[in-house]
Amino acid sequence: MIEVISAERCTACNICVNACPTNVFEAVAGGPPRIARQDDCQTCFMCELYCPEDALYVAPIADRSATAEERDAAAQALMGSYRSAIGWGRGRQSTASADASFELLRRAH
Amino acid sequence: MGARDFERQLLSGGNGSIQHQADVLVIGGGPAGAWAAVSAAAQGARVLLTDKGFCGTSGATAPSGTGLWHVSPDGKAREEAKAGRFAMGGHLAEHAWMDRVLEQTWANVERLKDWGYPFPADDQGALRCTSLQGPEYMRLMRKRVKESGARILDHSPALELLVDEHGTACGATGVNRQTGDTWVVRAGAVVIATGGCAFLSRALGCNVLTGDGQLMAAEVGAVLSGMEFSNAYGLGPAFSSVTKSLFYNWATFYTAEGVAIEGAGSSKGRGVIAQTLQSQPVFACLDRADAQIRAWMRTAQPNFFVSFDRQGIDPFTQHFPVTLRLEGTVRGTGGLHLADDSCATSVPGLYAAGDAATRELICGGFTGGGSHNAAWALSSGFWAGAGAAAFGRDARARSNRTALRAGGVALSTRGATRFDAQEVIRAVQAEVFPYERNWFREGEVLRDSLGRLDALWARLRSSAPAATATEAVRAREAAAMLATSRWMYRSALQRTETRGMHRRREHGVLDPAQRHRLLSGGLDEVWVGQQSVAEAA
Repeated sequence: MIEVISAERCTACNICVNACPTNVFEAVAGGPPRIARQDDCQTCFMCELYCPEDALYVAPIADRSATAEERDAAAQALMGSYRSAIGWGRGRQSTASADASFELLRRAH
Repeated sequence: MGARDFERQLLSGGNGSIQHQADVLVIGGGPAGAWAAVSAAAQGARVLLTDKGFCGTSGATAPSGTGLWHVSPDGKAREEAKAGRFAMGGHLAEHAWMDRVLEQTWANVERLKDWGYPFPADDQGALRCTSLQGPEYMRLMRKRVKESGARILDHSPALELLVDEHGTACGATGVNRQTGDTWVVRAGAVVIATGGCAFLSRALGCNVLTGDGQLMAAEVGAVLSGMEFSNAYGLGPAFSSVTKSLFYNWATFYTAEGVAIEGAGSSKGRGVIAQTLQSQPVFACLDRADAQIRAWMRTAQPNFFVSFDRQGIDPFTQHFPVTLRLEGTVRGTGGLHLADDSCATSVPGLYAAGDAATRELICGGFTGGGSHNAAWALSSGFWAGAGAAAFGRDARARSNRTALRAGGVALSTRGATRFDAQEVIRAVQAEVFPYERNWFREGEVLRDSLGRLDALWARLRSSAPAATATEAVRAREAAAMLATSRWMYRSALQRTETRGMHRRREHGVLDPAQRHRLLSGGLDEVWVGQQSVAEAA
């Protein structure tokens, strides 16, 4: 579930408030949005992809909040890693063009 | 059949703080809804698309990678593709529908190429179009919806349909759940593209898929089909939402002691996993993937590895616990019954597309999701949009007609006490999640569940409406899940055999005499009937 909005990185653009399909965030006047409904988070990682500042971290645990140990070090190291893997963001190219699913589908069945 | 379960209230001028007019209203902004909007707009219709979340990130496709049933018209490829899953689906697919979906998917992929979707090329330089990366695909589809001239209302769940005095669908009401503003759309035709129902199981991208459209459609008398094909479970790490199962073809499954579980597998051996999980945890390791396969996996589905990388697990060498999350009718095949080639439902002016509609027409009683469902979404969306545009244009002259609000539970019921939506959701989940109730079905157990589910519906039916439109959103989701569970289990009870994904413990084999569809519907009284399968011409 969504765990971190980095106050240092967030520019309060509120794109995540709009992009989250389950309405987890809430805009706050004059500052970063807050995680208002964490339990509604479906751990889809879409907010990370839409955040232009890599200011969000979604822990991969679907059914409960992450502990501080599960959250802090991983967030530090991996914020923005999924957006980078997808190839979104300035100066990057979408990695959909490298999608090797066809090789796997050919061999899977 | 189609009996009216609630007294309908006339839509008054004061209902809805924001009023919209459209020829076509599309409810749902996943791939089916997006294609419906683009297709309707191309016919010259004024289109409005509403999404519960955000068109572009909502639904099962956006956060995923998905296969696509894209098959060349050359040689025997399509004949083989059709035959490939025909038996697995229990001989309930229809050749005419498979042919037109293969054809339309081929044509729509050409559109995607023109629009700049970056399909990968193989080592011969040929574009390979058998998969789509969800985020990229749905970002592109949102852009195309906007460029088509259609308007999008995000975070705007529909709550109920509107019908005229003849019962023809003519719009919907809903709420913007971020502002609390209610809205009314008067439309010439409506497309339901709200997806299937996965019962808030937290399977990837599925928590917006609660059967809302099926409930709204049933309230105006629409018929469903194949609701017994509704017990698909997605395989994934136990801690994670990522129910992408393709890569488990290269997995071995183990007990906690590290002993390989005989017969366990991703596709044919999934029943063994379900059986084992009832008594002990199951672990997986992708230890059958060689270096080349591993490298392809990394570029094929980056989202698959997010869960592992963040938990510090190497899925190729370490054993990790797995679970099966219910994906209901999302990866099942049951949904709204279609009356003709334009994806019209049994209600005039109401169309259905994508996972909200039955997919039995192309895959019978089984689908692994992805491939066929993705092809179905972009084909049925395309047809529903065009069909709704033609119907909606004709209705334009009658835009001042009477509109009746069709919503029942949580909206127009007359009881004194409100129901607790979370409690209803948990109660429904307790009947549909357990493998011993839903993966493996049995008459007595189904009847046991239905007793409680029917009683719960009777309680909701005599409850008070939700306090506000925003609160009604969750209450309507609960009601939709409950309605879905009752169509599922009533249909499952009727099918006294094992066919497609529907398995009956006491009827373990396919019964040739039951090669028909099961139609269902109704809310206060759920009914199930039979329909024959069209034979190949």
